[in-house]
Formats: sequence, C-alpha cells, structure tokens
Amino acid sequence: MGEALLEVKNMITEFRTADGYLPAVRDVSFSLNKGETLCIVGESGCGKSITSLSIIGLLPSNGRIASGEIKYEGEAIQSHTAEQMRQIRGNQISMIFQEPMTALNPVLTIGYQLREPLMIHEKLSKKEAHKKGIDLLKSVGIPYPEKRMSQYPHELSGGMRQRVMIAIALSCNPGLLIADEPTTALDVTIQAQILDLINDLKQEYHMGVIMVTHDMGVVAEVADRVMVMYAGKKVEEGTVEEIFNHPKHPYTIGLLNSVPDVDKPDFELEAIPGSLPSLNQQIQGCRFHERCKFAMETCKQQEPPAFDLSHSHSVSCWLEAEEVTNP
Amino acid sequence: MNVADDNGRRKTLLEINQLKKYYPIKGGLLQRVQSHVKAVENVSFKLYEGESLGVVGESGCGKSTLGKAILGLEELTAGTVKFKETEIQSLRKKEKLKFVKEMQMIFQDPFASLNPRQKIGPAIAEVFSIHTSMSSKEKKLAVLDLLKEVGLKEEHYDRFPHEFSGGQRQRIGIARAICLNPSFIICDEAVSALDVSVQAQVLKLLKTLQQKYQLSYMFISHDLGVVRYFCDRVLVMYLGNTVEEGKVEDLYNAPLHPYTQALLSAIPRPSIEKKRNRIRLQGDLPNPADPPSGCPFHTRCPIARTQCMEEKPQWREYGEEHYAACHFAGESIFKEAK
Repeated sequence: MGEALLEVKNMITEFRTADGYLPAVRDVSFSLNKGETLCIVGESGCGKSITSLSIIGLLPSNGRIASGEIKYEGEAIQSHTAEQMRQIRGNQISMIFQEPMTALNPVLTIGYQLREPLMIHEKLSKKEAHKKGIDLLKSVGIPYPEKRMSQYPHELSGGMRQRVMIAIALSCNPGLLIADEPTTALDVTIQAQILDLINDLKQEYHMGVIMVTHDMGVVAEVADRVMVMYAGKKVEEGTVEEIFNHPKHPYTIGLLNSVPDVDKPDFELEAIPGSLPSLNQQIQGCRFHERCKFAMETCKQQEPPAFDLSHSHSVSCWLEAEEVTNP
Repeated sequence: MNVADDNGRRKTLLEINQLKKYYPIKGGLLQRVQSHVKAVENVSFKLYEGESLGVVGESGCGKSTLGKAILGLEELTAGTVKFKETEIQSLRKKEKLKFVKEMQMIFQDPFASLNPRQKIGPAIAEVFSIHTSMSSKEKKLAVLDLLKEVGLKEEHYDRFPHEFSGGQRQRIGIARAICLNPSFIICDEAVSALDVSVQAQVLKLLKTLQQKYQLSYMFISHDLGVVRYFCDRVLVMYLGNTVEEGKVEDLYNAPLHPYTQALLSAIPRPSIEKKRNRIRLQGDLPNPADPPSGCPFHTRCPIARTQCMEEKPQWREYGEEHYAACHFAGESIFKEAK
C-alpha cells in the first residue's frame, strides 16, 4: 500500500431543484493511493460523474457539497474558495472529459490551449511554454507536434483531440488525474491506444487515476480497484480481482452479466430489469431492491450498511449479513 | 436461426451487388466537383431470411452510409439492391412504397428521431395513417398492442418523448419499426447509446421479435461483443471496402484479415483472467477522399509488404462462406509483432 493521495469521507452532493435539494451522491467514502487506478462504475445517472466533479470543484451552479470531507494529500479541499480551487485545478488535480471536442475551445489553437496552464501555474514564459507544449504533444504520441501547435481542434481526429486533452491535463504534472469516460466516444482501436497511453503515463508520473466508466471491459483493462455505484450510493468496492472473480452485490453481478463477452459464444445475456430510479424518487430500504431478484423483507425496510469481506472488499447488501450471521 | 426451404437451402432476402456511394467534393470558383469521398466502394453481399448480419468497422468506414443506401435514403452511385427478387434501386416512388413497408430502420438516437411535441401514441399511429387505411379507433388499438409487444405500458400512449428513459425511447423506435410487419430491419448502432444493463434488455427484445416475426436484421455496430452475441454472420468494413465476411464462429475464432485480427485484439475484455498479447493499430483511419493506393489497410497493417501498396487485393473465398480481401489472408499478425 502506498501513500494516501485522496480521501473522500461521507460526501453528500446535492442539487437545488424546484422540489428542494435532491442528493445525487449519498454518503460516499473512498480513498486513492499514489500510483493507483480506481474505476468508478455504474449506469448513467448513478452519480459517478458528479462524484468526480465534486472532487475537482466543478459542480454546476445549482450543485453543492452538503457535507463530508475531501482530503487531497492530507489537506481538506472541500471548503476551498473558488480562487484556491483554481490553484489546485490543472496543477495538482486534472481532468479529462468524454467529449474532447466540447472540452477544447474551437476558436483557439492547440498551442494556445496547451500553453495556458503552463503559463498560469508554472509561470513559464510564452517561449518556454511553447517548447514544453511540443514535448508534451510528443509524449502523448502525436505526430508532427510543431505543426499541431498552430492548428485548431476541428483539424484533428477524435483520437488526436483526446490525446491533446491528455497532454493539457498532464502539463503541470498533476498528482491526480480524473478521467470521465475518456474513451466512450472513440473507436475500439483508438480506445486501446488511449488506454495504453494513460497507463504508461500513470507509471511515468506516478499519478493516482480515477477513471469513471460504464464499460466493464475498460475496467478489467486498467483498474487496480473498483467502486460500483448505484443511485448515488456506493454498493460495492474491492480490488479488480475481487470484483470480477467474486462479485457479491446483485447489482455488480447484474452489470457483469449484461456485457456480451467476445470470447464466449454461448454466453447468455442477463438483463437487469427496470431502470435507474430518478433523483426525487423516495425509496425505503435498499435503493436497489425494486430491481433485485434476491430482494427480501429486510431490503424493503432498512438500508444495508457496508459489510467488510476483507480489508479491501466491502459490500452494502443484506445478503452478506445473512452469510455472516448464519454461516 | 435461419429459415430454410424444402431443400435445406436458405432463401435470399436481400442481395447487394457492387454497391458504390460517392459524395462529391466541390470547390474552386465555380463550385465544380473536384473529387469524391468514396464512402462505400464495391460492396456486395447477401442476406438470408431470418438471419442477422452484423456490419462492423470504425467510425467513418461507411457502414451507416451502406445502410442508408440500401433503404434508398441515399442515392446510389452504382450497383444494385435486390429485395425479394426485385431490383428496387430504380423503381418509381409509388412502386417503391410497397417495398419500403417491408424495410425499416432503427436509429442510434431515438430521441432525435421523435418529435418532442408529439405524444408517443400518435407518433406511432402516424405510420398507419400513411401506409394503411385504418380508422382512428383501429389505429389506437394497434398502437396499444405494439406498446405491449415492446415492453411498454398502455399509459405511455399519452406521454411525450422527454418523459421516457433512453431504453424506453429505443423501445418506441422499435415499435415504430415493426408496426407494418416488415421482413427486414436495419439497426444502425441501435444499442450503442444505452447503458449495458438496458442494452441487454433491448437486445433480448430484438431477438424475441426476430423469432416471432421471422425478421432479418442488418445490425450495424462498432461493438464486436454485441455482434458476436446477436448475429449469425459478420461483414467487416474498412474505408468503404468490405475486408472480411464470414459466419460469427469462423470470423471470431479464425479471423483472416489483419484488420479483423487487430479489431478483435483491441476490445477490452470484461474478464481479468488472461492478459492476452494485443496488437495496437497505430494511427487513424485515412481520409476517404484520398484513399491509399493498393490495399486500403496497408498504411496501418502490421504485416504490409510492397505488394500491398501496389495491388488491390481480390475478394476471395477461403472457407465455407468465409471471404476476405487480403494478399496474405490468414497470416497471423501476432508473430510479426515481436
């Protein structure tokens, strides 16, 4: 176990709506070590993106962290002012988004957007920043980096744009990289290139990486640890081996069974019935019980606490309580 | 699941021959046509009754254009589309309508293909107004039946598109596609925008409908896992060309074309048991307006030789219903790598 880089404790993120405050992230805790990759998995709307936006302080104006603590290298950052967060963002914590076209500014050159963080955070001169920018483009595998510096985002392909995003995110040697579905918009061959690149760079810079994704294939490829979220709650957490070989929560099992496996022709898909509840839906007990085929009386009454199965594996499900009490 | 006639032969539903679709690039002072983007180049294949044919490839390889061209949503540059023994590409509008009823399409983003200000019931009923002479009462009954068929409820009849989740909207798209009892449906990335759990539900629904109504699907997707689960045969496209075609088992177990091999090795596997050796294709898809000489894949191919740069490979049969276009088909790209 390395040093703790990021610690999130009992975080609750709420959104102000016409119906009052609705929690999108409910009491989520996790930690990340240096040089480790944590994957956050779940369906769209389960709060995985909001969790990552809360950490980096980019919540939309109607969102707020209601309670909880976010510690980056031992320092609590959840109550930092906007200016303090600006010092951290792009410098110590960086983020890559799903759609590189919408994250890059279409009317500024690649060079301008690459130089900007270097000049602000590292206080480099324009000339030095330009040189560093070319080096960065080289390190993410972009051919003809000198030429690219004066090009605009629309002149590059999707995979290239995502590489530029990664170069910008890495420009100030961040300790923590948050990647929100970085490869969802890309083709498999390009996706494989980008995943390899993130992995190589992680080792080179000894970063912590939080990867938000819904693709179990991507998780198996890059993750050290996995956190499964459902409707704003963490339902299971463990190392990648524990999650794939011994999944415990019915939701995790359902997710794994609904991905067709290329190597297994006779694989029978098992869909999870129903869909994710909306934010304002009041659910008593376990938030998954309406879609769970193992749901019992207890599940409808009481919310399950987290049960520890090993020092790294924990699951919030009453089925585990049964096994613990009557083995 | 194929439908065979008395002699055990499968009946051909759709036959595509030498289909080409070029888009002109205009430029210069007089906006003359300067060159063409060759979106689909000489594609031929057959689709049998009751079968699912997967079409895979990277974005920009022409798979969606192919689908649209078959349905007549894009005018063909050359080639023929034979549906039930009739060449439909040059029929007049009125005659074509008869066939259009039998060919339908399900799109990737169902929200974009629904009018946000029209309720779901009338949106589906509109199809009946155009193609049949049902009374409004009959139409409503038919729509309610359809909603049940695709796993929606009667009360959804009076709702607006924004009130549905992604999976439910895709079910509406399916309801619209099957309402005239078609025999052929093109699914253009029909499940790509959905979450995995919902994706599995929709795939199951499509399979159930196929068995019930003897549907044939052309399933356009970039997800090779889904294609393996869903399809009987697969067609692999690269830069507008077909590079390999075969039964699912043959193509996934013994891919002939280096591009197919690379695609298969690039998929992230949802299992951690084996860390396999993988081939990473370098670079992006070349510009289809300026395709490379010879084999279109040679710029990214790990086993390309001089012959590949000069000569375009022929489409040859290598096994039963297993075709590929490569000078060195069957050669593994893995040993060359290290």
